Amino acid sequence: MIAATLTIGSLVAVIAITLSIASIRLRSNRNDALEKINDLLPQTQCGQCGFPGCRPYAEAILIGAAQINQCAPGGDATIVAIGHLLDRPPLAPDPAFGAVKPPQVAVIDEGICIGCAACLQACPVDAILGAAHFMHTVITTECTGCELCIAPCPVDCITMESE
Amino acid sequence: MSEPARYNPQPPRPAWGIRPPSKKNISTDLPILTAPIPKQVVIPIQQCLGLPARPIVTPGQQVRAGEPIAVSGATGAGPKLHASISGGIHAIEERPVPGPQPTTETCVVIHGDGQDLPYNGYRGVGDPMQLEPDRLCALVAEAGIVGLGGALYSTADKLSTPHKIKALILNGAECEPYITCDEMLELEHADKVLRGARIMMRALNTSLAIIAVERDMAEDRVALNDAIEAAGDRNIHVAVVTAKYPAGGERQLIQMIMNQEVPEGGYPSDLGYVCHNVATAAAVADFFDSGRPLISRIVTLAGGGVEMTRNVEARIGTEMRELIQSTVGYSNELAQLVMGGPMMGFLLPDHTLPVTKATNCLICANPGELSPPRPEMPCIRCSQCSQVCPALILPQELLTAAARHDMGALVDLGLNACIECGCCDYVCPSHIPMTSRFIEAKRALGENQRETQNAERARKRFEKRQERLNRQNSERGQELQEQVDELAESPEQVIDAIMDRVKSKAGK
Repeated sequence: MIAATLTIGSLVAVIAITLSIASIRLRSNRNDALEKINDLLPQTQCGQCGFPGCRPYAEAILIGAAQINQCAPGGDATIVAIGHLLDRPPLAPDPAFGAVKPPQVAVIDEGICIGCAACLQACPVDAILGAAHFMHTVITTECTGCELCIAPCPVDCITMESE
Repeated sequence: MSEPARYNPQPPRPAWGIRPPSKKNISTDLPILTAPIPKQVVIPIQQCLGLPARPIVTPGQQVRAGEPIAVSGATGAGPKLHASISGGIHAIEERPVPGPQPTTETCVVIHGDGQDLPYNGYRGVGDPMQLEPDRLCALVAEAGIVGLGGALYSTADKLSTPHKIKALILNGAECEPYITCDEMLELEHADKVLRGARIMMRALNTSLAIIAVERDMAEDRVALNDAIEAAGDRNIHVAVVTAKYPAGGERQLIQMIMNQEVPEGGYPSDLGYVCHNVATAAAVADFFDSGRPLISRIVTLAGGGVEMTRNVEARIGTEMRELIQSTVGYSNELAQLVMGGPMMGFLLPDHTLPVTKATNCLICANPGELSPPRPEMPCIRCSQCSQVCPALILPQELLTAAARHDMGALVDLGLNACIECGCCDYVCPSHIPMTSRFIEAKRALGENQRETQNAERARKRFEKRQERLNRQNSERGQELQEQVDELAESPEQVIDAIMDRVKSKAGK
């Protein structure tokens, strides 16, 4: 009787300790999942998905506040990859969040630019070089083609061109 | 002084590789023929891998054979390009050039004056054995010398490696069927190859050179050994490798002769070896012997569509049709033209393209001479492809990974180690064109990796920007808070200070 109690008791104790350690050590990290989703996004930071940047969109997907098909720049490849990661069926890109386009870069028509610096604030990746009253130019290699600089331009001198 | 590198003069037969019918005998019967000077040459200016070139001549200008017409590299220090005949620059324009895909390239068109006047600017560049290695490399670039095995990599770049070089390996193991341009060069100009080897050894600061030939090339071995003996040279040796395709691959050669594997993504110089083609060495010797830059190369003309199979020395830029007509002659003008060997070569759209520094062989193939593509059938997992693969990867696994666009698996399986030799295609009983799939997969993988890198960079820039905006916001907030605090502490003083400032401004 005593032997049995001790055996079961110690077994329970060992398992309880192991499980409690495991629950702390191996806690599923919400940030890990967030990073993984964020890594799959194209990082254009364009906000077309309705969230202010790729990471906020990744957060929204994680808590179920957004569908996985709201990223137009990523297109099908991104949807499939996120669906694979989260074990969800792939969806067609939602046209409400912008059309899927080939990669583009912004180009400033330097003859028209008045140096107002409005686009500098809009660029999410600091890819526009310039200062007030000086001509601006796009650092093509850093431009993600998010189109966020087009709306603020008062003289409409920015166009999107395919790479 | 480190101990000399150990090498294997007669490496054992490798497990990988294939033995396609060699078809080499016919083209080695006759000596190398010097082709007549063409009336016109079309020289594509882009003839060095990865270094953008720009012309330095203008239409109407008169040039001599050997005069520089284009420079390459950002600083212009890359291999130059030279007029291959004397005459007038007719045009600098886009023309079709030979390549795996039909493309056009800026070309310098020269109309010859028929006199072949040599350019004298490179006479007396000095005794190469007295020149410093840096100067030698600069002169090799000046001479426009690039890897003549077909890769067109800048020879000067390869010679000026920062690594300590244990041995120079000269690749004379021409393993593809039909091609014999290096074999004939070794046979007829063994001494020139040795002179080039010595100059390269000086540039690399190494005291060992190994010339690799195939077991089939018995006459070459004798010629080279005789030349070495005649010169009393103890630092140059000949290694004989099995006549198996692709024994002449750089990595394969080092693996056999040096018994060391070049890591994927690495270069032979990481292990202390530098590999050059024998024709490249001969071109180096030519330049220092006579001041003649690289304006011609030996081309094997073969196949059922030509009257005779022979090696000819052709000026760079000669039209292929003119070259064949003026030397070996057509027996079938409608034959397909393949540049390179039957394994790694590519079909050309027509016969009017120019000979480039990469044109080692032109096969004028009658219909059915080169195995036509056969209907593809499903993979039966026979694994013959992995037995012949010289890169020791698993083509059948790569094939399935490529079919499902699994980039992670492609990287893990070593797609980038594939040398595109075509052995897997050759043995595949289901006739699957694996090599072309792998080339496509490599392209897609490169694109994918570039996209990932771009995304990563954009993310970092975005995060840094957010950080900066937050910092600026909090700094501004702090400033405002400080002002509010000051006002609360001593309101009179602050108000007086403001009033003073306003008054002084109004006074002005």
